[in-house]
Amino acid sequence: MAMLEVKDLQVYYGVIQAIKGVSFKVNEGEVIALIGANGAGKTTILHTVTGLIPAKTGEVIYEGIDLLKIPAHKIVSHGIAHVPEGRHVFSQLTVYENLLMGAYTRSDKSEIEETIENVYKRFPRLKERKGQYAGTLSGGEQQMLAMGRALMSKPKIVLMDEPSMGLSPILVEEVFDIIESIRKSGTTVLLVEQNAKKALSIADRAYVLETGNIVLEGDAAKLLNDESVKKAYLGE
Amino acid sequence: MSFISYVIRGISLGSVYSIIALGYTMVYGIAKMLNFAHGDVIMIGGFIIFTIMSTMGLNPLIAVIVAIILCTLLGITIERIAYKPLRKAPSLAVLITAIGVSYFLQNFALLIFGADTKSFTSVINVPDLKLAGGNLTIAGETLVTIPLCIIIMIALTTFVKKSKTGRGMVAVSEDRDAAILMGVNVNRTIAITFAIGSALAAVASALMFSSYPSLSSASGAMPGIKAFVAAVFGGIGSIPGAMIGGILLGIIEILGRAYISSQLADAIVFFVLILVLLIKPTGILGKQIQEKV
Repeated sequence: MAMLEVKDLQVYYGVIQAIKGVSFKVNEGEVIALIGANGAGKTTILHTVTGLIPAKTGEVIYEGIDLLKIPAHKIVSHGIAHVPEGRHVFSQLTVYENLLMGAYTRSDKSEIEETIENVYKRFPRLKERKGQYAGTLSGGEQQMLAMGRALMSKPKIVLMDEPSMGLSPILVEEVFDIIESIRKSGTTVLLVEQNAKKALSIADRAYVLETGNIVLEGDAAKLLNDESVKKAYLGE
Repeated sequence: MSFISYVIRGISLGSVYSIIALGYTMVYGIAKMLNFAHGDVIMIGGFIIFTIMSTMGLNPLIAVIVAIILCTLLGITIERIAYKPLRKAPSLAVLITAIGVSYFLQNFALLIFGADTKSFTSVINVPDLKLAGGNLTIAGETLVTIPLCIIIMIALTTFVKKSKTGRGMVAVSEDRDAAILMGVNVNRTIAITFAIGSALAAVASALMFSSYPSLSSASGAMPGIKAFVAAVFGGIGSIPGAMIGGILLGIIEILGRAYISSQLADAIVFFVLILVLLIKPTGILGKQIQEKV
């Protein structure tokens, strides 16, 4: 059984239909990529899964429960973390306080401190800057903080929205290395990316979205060599 | 000597404004709305204290505690009934609703307590302090108001900075969606904010009516508006801003009353608001509204 299954999802912004009946599955331990152009609906799908946007119809089944039926703030405690597009770190809180916010639904203080130490190990830059306000960090550091903050809830699945956006090539490499290491530690990843080449090279399977519909799906390696994908998304 | 005594009275009045301004500024920061009914919660608090002390003849401390509890419940109820259903409505609808709640509370008080102005008995029983051989007198109310204001500021700042709920409040005020993703219950956070603001309004009413004892259904409106000016002056959304704005406004009002014209004192206060909006629209400690992409 799939860990996360989206069935015939339809989402509207007012009268405009943004998602026109999308279905896909994420199995435990996989890295799944959702790729597509700007405005295809990738971010909307992630926001619907974590409850920030209501769906018109459809189901989002996660470990047997329909996420569309529970309030947004309760979703993270089910083991789903969301790294939003544009990082959205809390600029008026320090790096350390941002990480504490990531553990908002957890209560054991010593366990939380332990998770923070693990995050610092994964992101040594964050440890160096733990007392600094997040608003003063560079874009790359903010992305690391957003990912570290998501890991603070000890998620079973992480949804990542454009983690490489606006970063230098070296940092893009670093971000994808981190996604790889998150997968290795046993956490499932649902990755939304405009950088289709990088996303497909790291993912197990992928779905290609076009104006609210899934137009292609399959093994990431196969999609990487697919002529139409190459032409439309890889710029070859 | 009289200048010093005016400044001290100004700080005392300003301390009351800053306690009221905290309610405005926290609600604005977290719920992104201007709760114009906030001043009327102060008036209700005044009537509760008046009723318990003067009508029922109970101890002032009991009266203040009961007022704090009832005002807290009133604040939560107002939010739940009037503002929560409008969470996704345009901000103008919420603003008009707040003005409606304000009129409702005023007329409700008029109906229950009558139209005649009541004379409030001070809840503070501290003797005046005479300094400099009797040339400088500091009222007992002032001796309580200023330290209490400082204690409230320190406690509130510590709560917001150090507690988990406080961090959740900062998170909601900065980025509501990101806070939801962390698991923060926004409705609960907003309700807590209204509870804190309204409890402080009750404290402010005890202090204010003890110094300025005339109490009627309209008594909350003017201090409410002035505290709003103080919040804007200091930078709306900022807790230390509310404190600084409130105290400066109190000093300006008292000095204006003493040296310029007692009739024009209120006009001077609003002139200050216009100046602040022209020179520094974000207020003294206001955050730059700047989006980092």
